Amino acid sequence: MSFSSAGYQLLPVLPELVLAVGAMGLLMLGAYRGEGTTRPVTTLAVVLLVVTGALELMLPAGKLTTFGGSFIVDDFARFLKILAIIGSAVTLILSTEFLSDPSRRIFEYSILVLLSTLGMMVLISAADLIMLYLGLELMSLALYVVAASNRDNAKSTEAGLKYFVLGALSSGMLLYGASLIYGFTGTVDFAGIAAAVKTGSVGIVFGLVFLLAGLCFKVSAVPFHMWTPDVYEGAPTPVTAFFASAPKVAALAVFTRVTLTAFPGIIPQWQQILVFVAIASMALGSFAAIGQKNIKRLMAYSSIGHMGFALVGLASGTVEGAQGVLVYIAIYVAMTLGTFAVILSMKRDGQPMEQISDFAGLSRTNPLLAFFFAMLLFSLAGIPPLAGFFAKWYVFVAAIKAGLFTLAVIGVLTSVVGAFYYLTIIKVMYFDEPAGEIEPMRIELRTVLAVAGIFNIFFFVYPGPLVSVATAAAKSLF
Amino acid sequence: MTTWPILSVVTFLPVIGALAIYLTRGDDEAARRNARWIAMWTTLVTFAVSLILVWRFDAANPDFQFIEKANWLASGITYHMGVDGISLPFVILTTALMPFCIIASWKSVTNRVREYMMAFLLLETLMVGTFCALDLVLFYLFFEGGLIPMFLIIGVWGGPRRVYASFKFFLYTLLGSVLMLLAIMALYWNAGTTDIPTLMHTAVPRSLQTWAWLAFFASFAVKMPMWPVHTWLPDAHVEAPTAGSVILAAILLKMGGYGFLRFSLPMFPLASHDFAWIIFSLSVIAIVYTSLVALMQEDIKKLIAYSSVAHMGFVTMGIFAGTTQGVAGGVFQMVSHGIVSGALFLCVGIVYDRMHTREIVAYGGLVNRMPLYALVFMVFTMANVGLPGTSGFVGEFMTLLGTFKVSIPTATFATLGVILSAAYALWLYRKVVFGALTKPSLASIKDLTFRESLTLFPLVALTILFGVYPKPVLDMSAASVQQLVNNYNAAVTAVKAAALVVQ
Repeated sequence: MSFSSAGYQLLPVLPELVLAVGAMGLLMLGAYRGEGTTRPVTTLAVVLLVVTGALELMLPAGKLTTFGGSFIVDDFARFLKILAIIGSAVTLILSTEFLSDPSRRIFEYSILVLLSTLGMMVLISAADLIMLYLGLELMSLALYVVAASNRDNAKSTEAGLKYFVLGALSSGMLLYGASLIYGFTGTVDFAGIAAAVKTGSVGIVFGLVFLLAGLCFKVSAVPFHMWTPDVYEGAPTPVTAFFASAPKVAALAVFTRVTLTAFPGIIPQWQQILVFVAIASMALGSFAAIGQKNIKRLMAYSSIGHMGFALVGLASGTVEGAQGVLVYIAIYVAMTLGTFAVILSMKRDGQPMEQISDFAGLSRTNPLLAFFFAMLLFSLAGIPPLAGFFAKWYVFVAAIKAGLFTLAVIGVLTSVVGAFYYLTIIKVMYFDEPAGEIEPMRIELRTVLAVAGIFNIFFFVYPGPLVSVATAAAKSLF
Repeated sequence: MTTWPILSVVTFLPVIGALAIYLTRGDDEAARRNARWIAMWTTLVTFAVSLILVWRFDAANPDFQFIEKANWLASGITYHMGVDGISLPFVILTTALMPFCIIASWKSVTNRVREYMMAFLLLETLMVGTFCALDLVLFYLFFEGGLIPMFLIIGVWGGPRRVYASFKFFLYTLLGSVLMLLAIMALYWNAGTTDIPTLMHTAVPRSLQTWAWLAFFASFAVKMPMWPVHTWLPDAHVEAPTAGSVILAAILLKMGGYGFLRFSLPMFPLASHDFAWIIFSLSVIAIVYTSLVALMQEDIKKLIAYSSVAHMGFVTMGIFAGTTQGVAGGVFQMVSHGIVSGALFLCVGIVYDRMHTREIVAYGGLVNRMPLYALVFMVFTMANVGLPGTSGFVGEFMTLLGTFKVSIPTATFATLGVILSAAYALWLYRKVVFGALTKPSLASIKDLTFRESLTLFPLVALTILFGVYPKPVLDMSAASVQQLVNNYNAAVTAVKAAALVVQ
């Protein structure tokens, strides 16, 4: 691609620039004014994210590229960037209580979330391997630090360190794969790779496997999932909510873009990898969650399973599959944020409660909270008419069309196993005797839960908008 | 013609009632009374509106009526509602039984009354929607959505082993249904739509027919339930509160039979024909084996639950006989069983409310203190046996007649079930009602109250009315059944003719 056609315009990266400059400005504010600024910095960070999202939507329609074609803004990128921004912004809102504790007034937290979001946006728009790596590292480095943000807590520190070490390993694998692909194709550009890769030579497939291994780590798909339960459990709960939402969006985005735009010529080669990964993730996510006592660990396995379901859509390698992934991740983010709003509000005498048994009798002590949570859990299990059912519908319908019957059958069967552990939580809430009152919910948690819950319950009434936007976004990849 | 969306009104009216209950605050006696009355009036109004359907229904027209269509998920997946002669009886059955359930729960449910009534109203919406949906995805939505309220009803208001029973109920049904979901997807790609009337006229390739039939079978056989996947039913019945058992036996089981009639037979006629022997075998096993199992039960509810499995065996047998008598008999048997088994569970609930046990040995000689109850219970026991003059006879006779034309051995063995059902039902009746009243705990037991009579006598009347004059139900479904059978036979003979030509 010549420089004159793609050019070095800055318009397509305007939202990213605003976010980067804004984040640095806030960093200055925090650095010069001290930790008293935590609250205003958090508020301004949310505002900044909203502005970034608005700018993203105001960009000219159609496909925009810049930096010699390595940065691309299409409907696919717009859709996922908005989703990632929503995930980050809601996480910041969920974090207000965590940050209000006198011992944890760390203004850097919000700035790290902003920088991580910036990394995600770059990652989502990446159209070559270099840009991909830049985005991935910016996102991940910020995440490692955020995981350890509760500095005085051994578990949090351990989570951060574990995440860092394993993350570095996966980055190494990804880089190794990228270098192999570069070596065999002579280009890092996705379009160029697609043009060069028509048959799956051993070298290409070798590189592809390493590349996908790195990406699997980021979406926490089996067999690169080991970090997930420990990090989810150890990290402060708002951070866990963050890990479960926005970075998953970005990682799935790049997963989709790499497989579908850089390797459309060798679909059978990566399809078998994805089929294996999807089956393993769904199965492990379902079976391993059964024995969990800690709700955050359970959510970790749940997210592993859900990534498996999302990859079912991707494995089909079609427009429908990409659409399925997009609908899935959008609904998944809504469900996850709602669920974490519930988990965050589970406090008794100022102490957060993370055991599943702590939810006992919630339907008596706090009926509305229990109702919304139960609906979210049914939705995560994929029971109609809740939103989670439609998420599963779109990925499996794509798999059926692509003829991946075995994958689809195993997938729905594991979803029944998965339903068991979601039902267990509902059982604890509804069938068991109350274990005591919980503290009243904070207003921001209540708002997040209400929005997520209502979206989840009433999605079926008017699913049109999300589905049509996802369809347009998926088509822009092909 | 209708100018207002009558089916949507019938379907979603209960939700409005549930919202109204939600708006009543508090958990004191006044709030409970309000919840009960709102639920009562909602179900009554829903029933009244559904009667307009009967009144305006054109029984001579075999096609879908009261059609409503609106854009929904995508092109080809629409909000499409309508009823024909096969689904309308079930809609009416549902709306008619709901007020009885509310009355039956009036005194026996004192714990979390608001939530209880809301769950029931929600369940009514989902059940009516299942029978009215003319789009497969919409159908699946209602069909599966019903699991949520029923899970809570069993789990929150159920007996001592409620957790086990509710999980078993939920997971069993879900397991069958997810396979059906995949088949729905395959049909969607085959025809480009999930519109049921369109799919009925779309030829499905033979291999897809086989797989899709098996997948639908997995779902409906569990729901029905057919032997050997019936084991969730006795547990669910025993643990569910009375009204929950009534709904489970009267409506939820019928969804399986309705599914066979609506999907398996018209959409996969060849597979239905090929697999009829499986259905026949399983039905006969269900009829004979579960009747024998019923003989051994010590719990009244469990006995009735097993007898339900046996009676559903007649339904599946009749449906897959593919003859007019068989299919019409299947529809009738389901309606009749809905009334009779529902009423039997109400009867059990009445003595359970007094004695708090369902053990057969805890009773005996009730006729001495409860003559009215003994009378009512006898009518339903006889209907369960299939005594001529009760609605139970008509359904069993027609299904046997229809099957006899297709498979004489099946009909012969199934007839054994009629004898066995007499054995267990009469044995139950004798143990509970007859004999001397020797147990001290029963010495002060009271006969039916006005409220209880109110729930049972209309059902007695219906049982006998349909026993001697089954025409209303049969006429309502006749045209649609005839069309279904004709299309089925045409498809099967066309293939046979083609096979002959090839030879």
